Amino acid sequence: MSVTSPLHLAVALEGTGWHPAAWREPGARPGDLLTAGYWADLAREAERGLLDFVTIEDSLGLQSSRPLEPDQRTDQVRGRLDAVLIAARVAPLTSGIGLVPTVVTTHTEPFHASKAIATLDYVAAGRAGVRVQVSARPYEAALFGRRAVAPAAVLADRSAPAARAFLDGLLAEAADYVEVLRRLWDSWEDGAEIRDAATGRFIDRDRLHYIDFAGDYFAVRGPSITPRPPQGQPVVAALAHGPAAYRLAAGSADVAFVTPRDAADARAITAQLSREQEAAGRAGPLHVLADLVVFLDRTAAAAAARQARLDEQAGAAYRSDAAVFAGTPGDLADLLLDWQASGLSGFRLRPGTIPGDLRQVTGSLVPELQRRGAFRRGYEAATLRGLLGLPRPASRYAGAAASTREVPS
Amino acid sequence: MTRPVKQVHLAAHFPGVNNTTVWSDPRSGSHIEFSSFAHFARTAERAKFDFLFLAEGLRLREQNGEIYDLDVVGRPDTFTVLAALAAVTDRLGLAGTINSTFNEPYEVARQFASLDHLSGGRAAWNVVTSWDAFTGENFRRGGFLPADQRYARAKAFLQAASELFGSWDGTEILADKQAGQFLSTARPGAFGIHDAHFDITGQFGVPRSPQGRPVIFQAGDSDEGREFAASSADAIFSRHSQLADGQAFYADVKGRLARHGRRHDQLLILPAATFVLADTDAQARELAREVRRQQVSGQTAIKFAEQLWNRDLSGLDPDGPVPDFDPVPGENTIARGRASVRMYRDPVATARQWRELAAAKNLSLRELIIEVTGRQSFIGSPATVATTINEFVQSDASDGFILVPHITPGGLDEFADRVVPLLQERGVFRTEYAGRTLREHLGLAAPPAGSPAAQAAS
Repeated sequence: MSVTSPLHLAVALEGTGWHPAAWREPGARPGDLLTAGYWADLAREAERGLLDFVTIEDSLGLQSSRPLEPDQRTDQVRGRLDAVLIAARVAPLTSGIGLVPTVVTTHTEPFHASKAIATLDYVAAGRAGVRVQVSARPYEAALFGRRAVAPAAVLADRSAPAARAFLDGLLAEAADYVEVLRRLWDSWEDGAEIRDAATGRFIDRDRLHYIDFAGDYFAVRGPSITPRPPQGQPVVAALAHGPAAYRLAAGSADVAFVTPRDAADARAITAQLSREQEAAGRAGPLHVLADLVVFLDRTAAAAAARQARLDEQAGAAYRSDAAVFAGTPGDLADLLLDWQASGLSGFRLRPGTIPGDLRQVTGSLVPELQRRGAFRRGYEAATLRGLLGLPRPASRYAGAAASTREVPS
Repeated sequence: MTRPVKQVHLAAHFPGVNNTTVWSDPRSGSHIEFSSFAHFARTAERAKFDFLFLAEGLRLREQNGEIYDLDVVGRPDTFTVLAALAAVTDRLGLAGTINSTFNEPYEVARQFASLDHLSGGRAAWNVVTSWDAFTGENFRRGGFLPADQRYARAKAFLQAASELFGSWDGTEILADKQAGQFLSTARPGAFGIHDAHFDITGQFGVPRSPQGRPVIFQAGDSDEGREFAASSADAIFSRHSQLADGQAFYADVKGRLARHGRRHDQLLILPAATFVLADTDAQARELAREVRRQQVSGQTAIKFAEQLWNRDLSGLDPDGPVPDFDPVPGENTIARGRASVRMYRDPVATARQWRELAAAKNLSLRELIIEVTGRQSFIGSPATVATTINEFVQSDASDGFILVPHITPGGLDEFADRVVPLLQERGVFRTEYAGRTLREHLGLAAPPAGSPAAQAAS
């Protein structure tokens, strides 16, 4: 029996897989990407593997292989559905797995996002989360036409001061956004709905709160129109690659996705996140999950050959912000347990191909980890917070009202 | 030539956050748990209804400076719950109100196109505008528009969204694995919209959805609202559930279509309607009176009076007389986040009518409010209600109704079980869905492929 903390395992769902040529694989279903059935099948497959949660990638604009402009390519998957709505669509068809869609904070309304994720938590009976992401892309700003963004020329060199100031601003805005999400989730205390026929009151209005958030980017009055969601606060996640994003993840998220190159790098990153968390004065647990792109096969050679074949079809070697693993599920299990010892809570695996590598995760990797006593054999909790060992928080406003109300003796 | 028998269209409105919903009834369930929405949707689908409808309000209502607590408070996010309902239904249309003031066309188009894909072509959008800075306090866009610009923005918003819905024509995705070609074109979904309200450009991210664009509803009753509907909507929600009013409204709005180059059958008129059923008409009338008393408690009556008198009336006895003084003139400041107060265009005259009615019938304040607000549209035995609904439709007072039960979530069950079969026996309501999309249920043609701008240019 393992004495280490439980391993948390998630899968990042992206189209037909993370490799740009994955849609050409024999088992790939590129013609089904816009159907509910496709996403339901993937979520159920992940649930069969008892994974903690799936994330669902998203972007406001059309996908592009270039960071700052459309690429006009016709040889890769283009077009996608809103991730929150995909999550909502599959929620009633699943029962154990967490659902964590991506929400872009840069051009959207925190009030709308807060009630959307709260509602996702209702329709998923406590299994909702949200992965927040910023958009620095000028062509996505043009879809909204509401704000000036740094021009592509400025952003081309991300280390230049003007580009950094712009990107830091987007991350600061994302932190404010998460603060508004959380305040709105708390704006109805638990039990605010009283249905007191005797006095004719449906709610106890003393248990509803204005959030009165005012920051550099927006002001939101509240309260939410949606009652407090089942988890109190759905799980917030963010992907972070560098110091400014670590600050967002450590200061605002419950789960950080990071991209270490190896176990030593993982140790350095988790230490940095701990320091940022201390600096932010946050005591709560922060799960750190390393992202890994995975190509899995019966032999390491077969996996490598498959990746090479995909690279050839794509016309370029696959490169990723995350480390890429091509090998057997057994070798991957070794690597995960080795890296986990560096302070990681677990991993978010990005299947190189879907459904191929997703099925390798659920059908081979998970059983291998279970054999080693390193992964759950059944869902031990009904909510995503429960699976992650996160307590259900009380509303931050719960004390405020009580202090002004007479306490019944 | 004999007039063909019209088919009745029926929709179910999930009970909302007003006093129509009797939450104090022991049968009343959760208004927020998904199980309630699923129950309601399954009943509507079992009864072969055209669609389910969800309203929206983006700020909790206040009165006398406090959050209003006498009615149901709290509702879900429209898009999210409709997407989830697509998982527990097969054919039922999924309609929701989405505000055009505190949203952007790109995002709303993206969400509706996604919902239409995820529901296999069952999405509908009730386009509304907001009038108040009060609601704007919840949004980074903030602020609000003067009344005379609301419809201009709504129209531009819908035009922009339609451009986006039409920006893919459905031929772009090849997904040809052998040839390695996913797209047939390098710039699918390209658009550029530059008008007084929007300056947006790029490529729309969601390929063409099953319905091409969601079915468009409009709910305004003003001259501008009617014109907007006649020019741009597929269906209009009206408040006119009385026969003569309904016929006048129907004739007026349908009469406007030709001016916009549209046919008589390209816009459906669907009034909101409430109902009370019992074994006999007499029992139903008695039950309706009881329900009205539940809907209008003494406290609620005072609140309604405050909304007209535009002042605090908390000292009044609801079982006492109607106030003998005039309402406070000018902008309504007592109630916020409530559209209905704008219906009182001349509060002093309305108060005078109410006083005269109360004097003539010897009514207390509460009895008066019960009399002048929200009487049920259809009261009677199932046979009476089925007959009345069919008469309304055949005599062109409407094309059908959007029914609002007063109990969540089971209030539709009795209608489904007892009234719908009678309409089906008469051959005026479907016994099976003939099509898969909401557009097909409503008998609306698919919008032409391609964007409106492209069509105008061709």
